[in-house]
Amino acid sequence: MTELATLASEPLFGLPLADLWFALVFFIFGTFLFLDGFDFGVGVLFATRSSEDEKGRLLDAIGPFWDGNEVWLVVFGGALFAAFPSIYANLFSRHYLLMFAILAALGLRGLAPEMYEQRDDATWKTWWGRAFVVGSLATPFLIGLFAANWLLGATTIVTLPGIVVGLAVVALTVVDGVAFLRLKTRGELRESLATDGYRALAAYLALVVIALGALYATTPGLRSALLSPLVVGLVVATLVLAGGYALATARDRYYLAFIAVAGLVFSLVGVVAGSMYPLIDRASGLAVEDAIVSTLPLNVMTIGAGLLLPLIFVYFGVLYSVFSGPIEAGESY
Amino acid sequence: MVDPVIASRLQFALTTIVHIIFPVVSMGLAPFLVYFTWKEVRTGKAIYEQLRRFWTKIFAVSFAVGTVTGLVLEFEFGTNFAAFSTIAGELFGGPLALEGMMAFMLEATFLGIFVFGRERVSNLVYFVSSVAVGLGTWLSATWILIANSWMQTPRGFEMVMENGQSVVNLVDPIAAYLNPRFPWMFVHMQNAAVESVALLMAGIAAYYVFRHHVWENPIQHPDFWEKTLKVALVVLLITAPIQAIQGDAYGRHVADTQPQKFAAMEAVWETESYVPEYLIAVPTDLDSLFDPRAKELFGIGIPGMASWLASGGDAEATIRGLESFQTEAPPVAIVFWAFRIMVALGFWFILLALWGAYRWWRGELLEDDLLHKALMGSSLLGFLAVEVGWIVTEVGRQPWVIQGVLKTTDGVSPGLTGAEATFTLAGFAGGYALLLLLYTYVVVRLIRSGPPSRDELAAVESPTTEEAVSVDD
Ligand code: HDD
Ligand code: HEM
Ligand code: HEM
Repeated sequence: MTELATLASEPLFGLPLADLWFALVFFIFGTFLFLDGFDFGVGVLFATRSSEDEKGRLLDAIGPFWDGNEVWLVVFGGALFAAFPSIYANLFSRHYLLMFAILAALGLRGLAPEMYEQRDDATWKTWWGRAFVVGSLATPFLIGLFAANWLLGATTIVTLPGIVVGLAVVALTVVDGVAFLRLKTRGELRESLATDGYRALAAYLALVVIALGALYATTPGLRSALLSPLVVGLVVATLVLAGGYALATARDRYYLAFIAVAGLVFSLVGVVAGSMYPLIDRASGLAVEDAIVSTLPLNVMTIGAGLLLPLIFVYFGVLYSVFSGPIEAGESY
Repeated sequence: MVDPVIASRLQFALTTIVHIIFPVVSMGLAPFLVYFTWKEVRTGKAIYEQLRRFWTKIFAVSFAVGTVTGLVLEFEFGTNFAAFSTIAGELFGGPLALEGMMAFMLEATFLGIFVFGRERVSNLVYFVSSVAVGLGTWLSATWILIANSWMQTPRGFEMVMENGQSVVNLVDPIAAYLNPRFPWMFVHMQNAAVESVALLMAGIAAYYVFRHHVWENPIQHPDFWEKTLKVALVVLLITAPIQAIQGDAYGRHVADTQPQKFAAMEAVWETESYVPEYLIAVPTDLDSLFDPRAKELFGIGIPGMASWLASGGDAEATIRGLESFQTEAPPVAIVFWAFRIMVALGFWFILLALWGAYRWWRGELLEDDLLHKALMGSSLLGFLAVEVGWIVTEVGRQPWVIQGVLKTTDGVSPGLTGAEATFTLAGFAGGYALLLLLYTYVVVRLIRSGPPSRDELAAVESPTTEEAVSVDD
């Protein structure tokens, strides 16, 4: 029992576990946004394609991945619940209708491609195709809205910065989708996507600027955080990465472009987390230190996550390397 | 407007009752798929590839719907049961997080390979993927049942005051997570899943075998369906008796640890000995039909049987009646009937398995049309048994959400309004009806189109010409 007693009395290796879990929760969120982000982006781009063949290739490209990517959202919920239960409860019940809207949009996104491929008649395909687009557009928008409302400590669903951030996240997922598809497709489709990527990137940068302005203007409590070196640094990083993405796309350096998008996503999530810290919930005024669970469960979870997260990266490594290179049409079962 | 407490409970009930269908399909199919894949890889026989490919399609659709509906449940702890999540989160959040990291990640990533990657990986890696997927489904059951069983028999914690609220503090993770209920629940649940899938398989296969052999209306892959029927019958023959025998012992454990629930299962109001096991119990007048405390019951029962069950063999044993508890009783009629339906189905499945085995032994399996009809009619009854079993477990635990620690009414989100809760409840009622319809539609289509034919299999196996597109970056 002595091990248990020490596990209960002090943080593992004397680490600042509350802060680490705060970072981990946002890291998981960022991973979700980056990975499922390209699925959403592909869903949005789906609307811009009219040939059946191209549509089919878009769906095939995300087929093996989207479910695994969505699990990062499940894990985000679980990690937040395990490490900061009162925040989980507070945040989710406060945004009651928004949470269910996210679930509905995600549900539509998940269901639509399964249904789309079931039948060949045109009306069926048109409607499930639309449902797929709507789900893929609405989910990142609502998730952006949710993240901004969390940062603001908003108690209403619709806020101006929330809407701008939502749109920015949609644009970012399109950039993500383009980068992913340029890895997974060949030929004319791949070439034509570059333009979509530039446009979405420009929209993203513009929206980020507006969002930062709106946050600064509407929320005095955030002003000093927004001017902190961390946040300023991340904004600069965003500009550099955007340039890098454009350059890599122009030179057909597909992997580099994809990595640049990852950088963009984590910068955005970093801005949200960085300007929130040391609070974790502005609405209830709770700080990270106060909201963390007590030492024993925290240590237990830290051991669990420490063992499992590396394994998860191995799984994803295996999955993405098995499906590296272009996806052939009709490759399934 | 429905009261937010009632609406939240109804919504949780509805959403879990729908969710559990898909995990049962995937947990139950998992061992079959591992077996088919193993045989396919080892023997190279086309029949196993057909079996594997056919059932993998159904698995994949169920998994996708399971993800969509499961995420809803996870979120609901926060949205609708915020007080519960705050008070018990320290203990309850951990298993959910571990479930995500340990189980869903494993399952979802390897499912990508299992469903889409047959041509891209070696036999060994492919087989390992099937095991990883199966393991993932069973591990997710492990963690979610740890969470649920802790709510039935909470251990390893103490209550402390925090920010003016009495909350659960974890003191002994091993006692909490390996609580007394967990092993009972895990075995019963997993065996139920496999049994339910065996029934589903047997029912579908019986339909085709029936068409082929009884109606003499030739079908495309008679050997495929005959094999399916036989595999399913073997599994049913193993799981059905286990379910009843283990369930009986499980009932005694419930009598020991949740006497109020057991009293509700048996509708025992006053503490008595030599309690009969009622097979049916009907109120004698109409007014008391909806009164859970009605005592004027017309019943047909086996004398002393309930006492015998509760104590493990003593017909004279005393059962504590519902009147003797300080808390109000759970809705007795629901618990009582749900329990009876489950047990009756349990015995019916045993009968069905024995009947099938006997015909098979006599060499009449393919001709007995009555057996085929019985199997067809029972194909979905395993799912029914699972649903009513969970209703016994969850409704029988009322008024507690955590047995003896927290009342359900105190677990609901404090800020939730009746309007919000009613709105989402109505949305789920409509949305889930549609979801079930679509799921059924897709599965029926998959079943109708049958397994891939031998020719298709051969076509896939010959190497395609444009195989090696080089990766140019
Ligand atoms: C194929 C499905 C199936 C079948 C045939 C049976 N059960 Fe069951 N039963 C379940 C599926 C199930 C379940 C849905 O899986 C439950 C809900 C929670 C659990 O652990 O298992 C359950 C719960 C459950 C409980 C309540 C435990 C609690 O409150 O925690 C008891 C006492 C039994 N079962 C006993 C039996 C007996 C005596 C059976 C006799 C034949 C039986 N079950 C057949
Ligand atoms: C998937 C199978 C399950 C089914 C069919 C099921 C069914 C139900 C039902 C019918 C209720 C409503 C009871 C009432 O309010 O009268 C309920 C409530 C609840 N269940 Fe389950 N349940 C399942 C699994 C679980 C699991 C695994 C957990 C926990 C991890 C859980 C946690 C809860 C909670 C928190 C409530 C709400 C509080 C309450 O009403 O008691 N359930 N469930
Ligand atoms: C009521 C509490 C429950 C919650 C909160 C819950 C949560 C979830 C979540 C979040 C997912 C999606 C995971 C993914 O993205 O792959 C899921 C799927 C799954 N759940 Fe549940 N679940 C509950 C009840 C149950 C029960 C009682 C079982 C079985 C014992 C179960 C077994 C599974 C399985 C095997 C999956 C994988 C998907 C599938 O196979 O359909 N769940 N669940």
